[in-house]
Amino acid sequence: MATGQTSTPEQIGSSGDTLREAFGRALVRLAKDGRDFVVFDADVAGGTGVHRFRAAHPDRFYQFGIAEQNMVAAAGGFAATGIPVFATTFAVFMLRALEQARLSVAYAKRDVKLVASHPGLDVGPDGGSAQCLEDLAAFRAIPGMVVVAPADPYETELATAAILEYQGPVYMRTGRSPSRRLFEPGHRFELGRGQILREGPDVSLIACGVEVARALDAADILATEGIGARVVNMPTIKPLDRELIVECAEKTGCFVTAEDHNIHGGLGAAVAECLAELAPSPVEFIGVRDSFGESGEPEELAEKYRLTAPHIVQAAKAAIVRKVLRK
Amino acid sequence: MRYDPANPEWPERDRLVLSKGHSAPALYAVAALSGMFAVQQLKGFRKLGHSLQGHPHVGATPWVETSTGSLGQGFSAALGMALGLRHQGNLARVFVLLGDGELQEGELWEAMLCGAHFNLGKLCAILDYNKLQSDDYLAKVLAVEPLADKIRSFGWHLQEIDGHDPSAIQTALETADRCDTPSFIIAHTLKGKGVGFMEGRPEWHGSVKLSDADLSQALTDLGASPSEIDGYLNGHWSN
Repeated sequence: MATGQTSTPEQIGSSGDTLREAFGRALVRLAKDGRDFVVFDADVAGGTGVHRFRAAHPDRFYQFGIAEQNMVAAAGGFAATGIPVFATTFAVFMLRALEQARLSVAYAKRDVKLVASHPGLDVGPDGGSAQCLEDLAAFRAIPGMVVVAPADPYETELATAAILEYQGPVYMRTGRSPSRRLFEPGHRFELGRGQILREGPDVSLIACGVEVARALDAADILATEGIGARVVNMPTIKPLDRELIVECAEKTGCFVTAEDHNIHGGLGAAVAECLAELAPSPVEFIGVRDSFGESGEPEELAEKYRLTAPHIVQAAKAAIVRKVLRK
Repeated sequence: MRYDPANPEWPERDRLVLSKGHSAPALYAVAALSGMFAVQQLKGFRKLGHSLQGHPHVGATPWVETSTGSLGQGFSAALGMALGLRHQGNLARVFVLLGDGELQEGELWEAMLCGAHFNLGKLCAILDYNKLQSDDYLAKVLAVEPLADKIRSFGWHLQEIDGHDPSAIQTALETADRCDTPSFIIAHTLKGKGVGFMEGRPEWHGSVKLSDADLSQALTDLGASPSEIDGYLNGHWSN
């Protein structure tokens, strides 16, 4: 795996900032830095953040209309001529082009970055049809596809640069709703590597995307009860940082995974696969339990579908009990 | 087409995408005889450990322009190539060979809209219109007619030719090159042309189960002999 880039974004995510807007800013900055690439959109430039790039570089922006299958296969063909392509839409509609991503992008080994906004319950009021809870599982199953889910706007900017640096097919989900700022300048992003955000001996909380902030909140609550939780941000779901997960197993002996995604096939499943093979340990899964979402505000939905900090706390305690009973 | 067998990645080359990837054997035979690889390699077609995959795959045979085998996608990929080439000021042409059953894929019509929208004058689609598909006659499975009207209404330059007439093909490709708009050539063909017992019969669409007698008859119909074919495959080809 190629290592990520190290330059510092000029603009930093602030309160009210979103991952999708951070992605759009990163594209503009990368172009300013002289990086050669084009951006494809399927009629949702205002939603995915790429409207910024369209305004700055109209000659490098191609509008494909509401025709995602054609857009993604055409991205493969365009990249074959030597220029990387960011093909962008909402996560549910990227699923529509899953087979194009498989054949014309991944199988053909094209330098295409599929970047999708509006993942998970974080989409909110648009409801179940728009809340993509399957993308990590679907794209992770494609051979050779790198899968990325950054946690805050700043990390999204770093991740955008890193996936462009990496030559090959990538799927990255951003986010719709305003995101808490978690990282400061100096934070590093390296494809294929997780980061320990907080140390603790009793349980490892491994999260991606919006769930990283909730895992940090959960660690705060656990600390008040005398439980030390290690919090790991895992922005690359594939290839997974197996080394770090095994080290977590050695240090803490049990896990909670947390993601705004179906519990099947996403980060939790990836971590569990790793542990089952290398370091069997109790794992509790925070995620949507094999259902679709519904309309509501993101925080209301997170509470209803048990993705919030108190639910992570409960899961952490359950994992610790299972660990103790095993001994 | 402009291409250089010694330099398959020559940036100025014309591109050919076989969107009807199931016709890989035809592509491989033509490519071998055009010098893209040794004719003997044809014996490894569809066999483990050999490069000639059941459907064209750029990862296994780099001279193939892209991987195909899921209908509709090759058309979009060719469109993307034409757009990428124009983006870089490269004047190479992009040819894409379509199957008629492929017209039933929604993606194909997305690409038809898109090719006209971007006005990709260097993109030329050729339809192998043999009116048969896997399950039965096209008209029975899902009719695509009136086809010429559809193509024209999407804003593409249209030509209809006899797909078995080399001079008609040549002329149509030259005409297409002079078009500012994307070009679509309906090549009327007869499936199994030249082999009497196969011509126009759906049951031979995906079948390679030939008895020795069938094979012998087919080769006779085509004016060839088994020993001649063996000779080609063993590299004793002489033009």
